[in-house]
Amino acid sequence: MTVDSMYQEIILDHYKHPHHRGLREPYEVEVRHLNPTCGDEITLRVHVEGSAEEGWRVADVSYASEGCSISQASASVMADLVIGKDIDAATAVYEDFLTLMQSKGQAEPDEDVLEDAIAFVGVSRYPARVKCALLAWMAWRDATTQATEGSPT
Amino acid sequence: MTYDVARIRKDFPILDREVRPGVPLVYLDNAATSQKPHAVLDAMRDYYEQSNANVHRGIHTLAEEATALYEGARDKVARFINAPDPREVIFTKNSSEALNLLAHTLPFGPGDEIVVTEMEHHSNLVPWQLACARTGATLRWVGLTDEGRLNLADLDRVITARTKVVAFVHQSNLLGTVNPVDVVAAKARSVGAYVVLDASQSVPHMGIDVQALDVDAVAFTGHKMCGPTGIGVLWGRFDLLDELPPFLGGGEMIDEVTMAGSTWAQLPHKYEAGTPPIAEAVGLGAAVDYLTELGMPAIRAHEHDLTVYALERLQDVEGLRIIGPTTADDRGGAISFALAGIHPHDVGQLLDEVGVAVRVGHHCARPACLRYGVPATTRASVHLYSSRTDIDALVEGLTHVRAFFSS
Repeated sequence: MTVDSMYQEIILDHYKHPHHRGLREPYEVEVRHLNPTCGDEITLRVHVEGSAEEGWRVADVSYASEGCSISQASASVMADLVIGKDIDAATAVYEDFLTLMQSKGQAEPDEDVLEDAIAFVGVSRYPARVKCALLAWMAWRDATTQATEGSPT
Repeated sequence: MTYDVARIRKDFPILDREVRPGVPLVYLDNAATSQKPHAVLDAMRDYYEQSNANVHRGIHTLAEEATALYEGARDKVARFINAPDPREVIFTKNSSEALNLLAHTLPFGPGDEIVVTEMEHHSNLVPWQLACARTGATLRWVGLTDEGRLNLADLDRVITARTKVVAFVHQSNLLGTVNPVDVVAAKARSVGAYVVLDASQSVPHMGIDVQALDVDAVAFTGHKMCGPTGIGVLWGRFDLLDELPPFLGGGEMIDEVTMAGSTWAQLPHKYEAGTPPIAEAVGLGAAVDYLTELGMPAIRAHEHDLTVYALERLQDVEGLRIIGPTTADDRGGAISFALAGIHPHDVGQLLDEVGVAVRVGHHCARPACLRYGVPATTRASVHLYSSRTDIDALVEGLTHVRAFFSS
């Protein structure tokens, strides 16, 4: 095992050319998450459409972030994966990614579900870096939960 | 006798290991913790194999030996820092506990001010923030210059008649800066404030003389000075510690206990509730002997030479910016830097690939990182057994990092 298996080409591509980056309007909730051990940070906005009765859809996710290649690439991949999906479907992807990151390199991820996120399987072997990969996902989860459950409007 | 790094390195078994097959360890994370020489490991092993017993109680042979070893370690530490009285040396868990002890026992109230600096490790910042929250006192701080030094022009503004304590770091773990203790202490004295020094990064690399420094209390930790983890030191002036109330209650720290109330043991036991870290104290005593034998002036000179060399070589790396003083004057060998366009996490990961161990992150000094506009840094830090070869490996590793991310 070498570090090259962690820095997959897909990850470096997303790092160098991130998708959906930048903070956009409209949005319902903005959150800021920090990785306290290393100083990575992300400010993330979600825009959802729908209602509790009809179900919610992730209309947009935008973000501004600072951090290592793993955290930056993960934010880009995450935005690709959740934008346009129903919340339930996006949450299922989130759960799958969480499982992948807890797998210590053992998982055989489903590319149909996780798409580019399968490249992070190598990262899951490095405990110190798992938090980097999860930062954007945790921020998205937090913001989405607030947007669909927390806010009174 | 000349300072023979090759010979000294043989005292540290870990320095022989490979990180993975064919990749030798280059350990440059000494500001986080130091490695341990045979002498320390042997002393702790001998203690457990030959003399293990609880201290200050029991009259059997082992208990007496354990007590003599534990108290002997206190005497060694006292001599090492030139404390006038070994009862002024309190064994704690680490520097953080030593500083928490003071933050809890010094009396504060509304209107009082506690002064720190913007370059404090969280261990000398958060306890005082908590003290302010508890007592209604106000936290104030001395800012930093662009060069990574204390802004001494702030002293007159920040340290006033309301200041009750000035707590500051001797040598910054993030910036490497060695602060002018005399200047800050003199200002604190002029307003009648206590002076507390976080010497976690200075005791292991330059040694200190608590009497010459003219401060009221000093905190440092064993594991950064070639001793074990789990033991730290609070030194305080006898009159001060004697007057302050206890911190933690429990066994060992009492004089007389009834259901109605208790009275306290004399120093140092008043501040050592519960069974102390005995083997760790023995290990720390052995570390002090080891450092003394090499000689702190010789260690300091060696590390200064390495710092000069490292600063020079690092500044030749394209895109590298030192966070902290760029010359070795009044500076220790913890060197933080940013590499243009590459996050410290990625730097650290790729350096590990070639065996170079550095620390990445905010180094428990987040306010100082914010001050210099970086979320995190990469930090290389030397110790008495570091060599120019280590620095060369670091610089070569950084070239590898830049190549990886520029492709």
